[in-house]
Amino acid sequence: MVEYLRWIYQWFRGEVFDIPGRLIAFIFVICILLVPFITDNQYVLRIFILAAIFAIFAASWDLLAGFTGQINLGHALFFGVAAYTSGMFNLHFHLSPLITIPIGSIMAVIVGLLAGIPALRLRGFYLALVTLSFPVILTGVVFAFSDFTGGELGIYGLSRLSGSRIGDYYITNLVMLVSLYIMYKFTDAGSKIIRTGVIFHAIREDEITARASGINTTRYKLLAFAMSGFFAGVAGGLYSHFVRIAGPSTLELLFSFQAILWSIFGGISTIYGAVAGVYILYPTIEFLAIYEVGDKIRFLIFALILIFTLLFMPEGITVWVRDKIEITCQRCKIINFALRHHCRACRAPLHLEKEKL
Amino acid sequence: MLEMILINGLVSGGAYAVLAVGFSLIFGVAKILNMAHTAFYMITAFLLYVGTMMLGLPLIFSGILAVLIAGLVAMICYKLFFDRIKEHGTAVMIISIALALLFQEVFLLGFSGHYRRVPSFVPGATEIAGVSITYQHLFAIGISFVIIACVWVLLSKTRLGNAIRSVAQDREIANLMGIDVSRICLIVMGISGMLAGIAGVVVAPIFMVHPLMWVHPLVIVLAAVVLGGLESIKGSVIAAFILGFAETAVIYLVPGGGFLRGAVSLSVMVVVLMVRPEGLFGVLFEEERL
Repeated sequence: MVEYLRWIYQWFRGEVFDIPGRLIAFIFVICILLVPFITDNQYVLRIFILAAIFAIFAASWDLLAGFTGQINLGHALFFGVAAYTSGMFNLHFHLSPLITIPIGSIMAVIVGLLAGIPALRLRGFYLALVTLSFPVILTGVVFAFSDFTGGELGIYGLSRLSGSRIGDYYITNLVMLVSLYIMYKFTDAGSKIIRTGVIFHAIREDEITARASGINTTRYKLLAFAMSGFFAGVAGGLYSHFVRIAGPSTLELLFSFQAILWSIFGGISTIYGAVAGVYILYPTIEFLAIYEVGDKIRFLIFALILIFTLLFMPEGITVWVRDKIEITCQRCKIINFALRHHCRACRAPLHLEKEKL
Repeated sequence: MLEMILINGLVSGGAYAVLAVGFSLIFGVAKILNMAHTAFYMITAFLLYVGTMMLGLPLIFSGILAVLIAGLVAMICYKLFFDRIKEHGTAVMIISIALALLFQEVFLLGFSGHYRRVPSFVPGATEIAGVSITYQHLFAIGISFVIIACVWVLLSKTRLGNAIRSVAQDREIANLMGIDVSRICLIVMGISGMLAGIAGVVVAPIFMVHPLMWVHPLVIVLAAVVLGGLESIKGSVIAAFILGFAETAVIYLVPGGGFLRGAVSLSVMVVVLMVRPEGLFGVLFEEERL
């Protein structure tokens, strides 16, 4: 038994504690799981639940735009479609959220594949604009058929995710952690088992070369659209059952932009960047709303934070921090703490340039 | 009915065309995707309101002042923000969205969310073919055509226009030919801000002034620029008029069309792009075809 525990500790030390990025991720997961033990304030829990939902949403944007380079300015399409679909199935057929959220996500996948069709012909800015137009068109349709969709008010009176706030908290956060892990693994270019990560990177960097190397870019682009749609759909379904309304605000242009703001603020084409962006920006803005003065100026502060962070860290906050705290050994390519003088595996000196100075 | 569609389509098409020209100028020259472009339009509309209703300045004078301030604000934004991180395309785009949000919030704080009205430049109305049309509508149409003609003359007949076009074609070669590229970018940013300002001043008396008035034109302008083909000023002008007419026709012909106006013009864009992926007047290089 003791041997076994020691083995686990050794494994953890090598794989988690000695790699700063993973250590931070580990602490983050522990903190997420412990929040309900620290506070049972309904408002705080609500903010953290919404942050978890938005983290899935922002990461799914990053999966599509950051990794495959298919810039999607209308990502709220997937979110909104899933929110409306699961809401309608819940309201009209009285299915439980356990069934309606997957139905909503599958609907989002179908929409993602449909939205991916233009991506096969268009690229860059043209694609961005075509994707931007889909949620705007759908909003118009929602308003035009307001008898069926509820118009401006949306569909309300959906059933709860679970009985209690704490139950909601654990459901959304566990779904978030699992989704993020899957997305991270699928986009990990260093993985030896799953090849999608490296292929997505190749498509972003040079599509024609990727094609010439025998990659079926059509299939992988559609796969990226479908996966991104699926996870955005999960977020949308959770959102509609948590706030118990599926309204046109889930399709708004500014909501699509929010996903982009969070991801690029945190650092594009790193799944953790999107998550960090959400967890830094969203609670800050929401806690400002508690104070009367803060409520008025919170978007002003949001804009100022964005502008000044990006002016000094144009690649995003996590990339900036990562470059400060992590250093890759030049001989054995193992990641070390930047504080170390020698590599933890091969003892090669790490800071060669600094020693020369 | 048809006359109303024609006149209102020309008004909104003209405003969109002036906005789209400014947007595609700065995109072509400095490769900046300036999402704050229509925010300058909102700023001038508000400055016009402040100048006429609160300070009591004469209308023409405050209009010109507002346009100049918009150009100045655009140049300051370029110098302070865009120029510093211009090699990170996505960060520039996000900063421009954030700037637009910033302006929106500043005006929301200062003026709250009420819809406001600005007096017309030329009061009164006339009757053409049995339809009563205010002079302000005709004035707006006239100004937008004059401005587009001015931009065309500036780009094709002057030395500055030559420099702007050469920077748009190839930055490095233009630099080698002795053109001060960063100065040209600054000037173009100023021109583009002033164009957005002119659109704002001209339509402010027709539409209402509101801090959120930049969102809808932004979508249409983006659609127009893409529909016409990037890099093509002629294309974006024509596309802006197409979208303006489509939007107005929907408002007048379809019941509840006010909700559908954005949807229809964007559907037009999607359909055209599915048939011609490079836009109406864009150029697609053979090796880029997929």
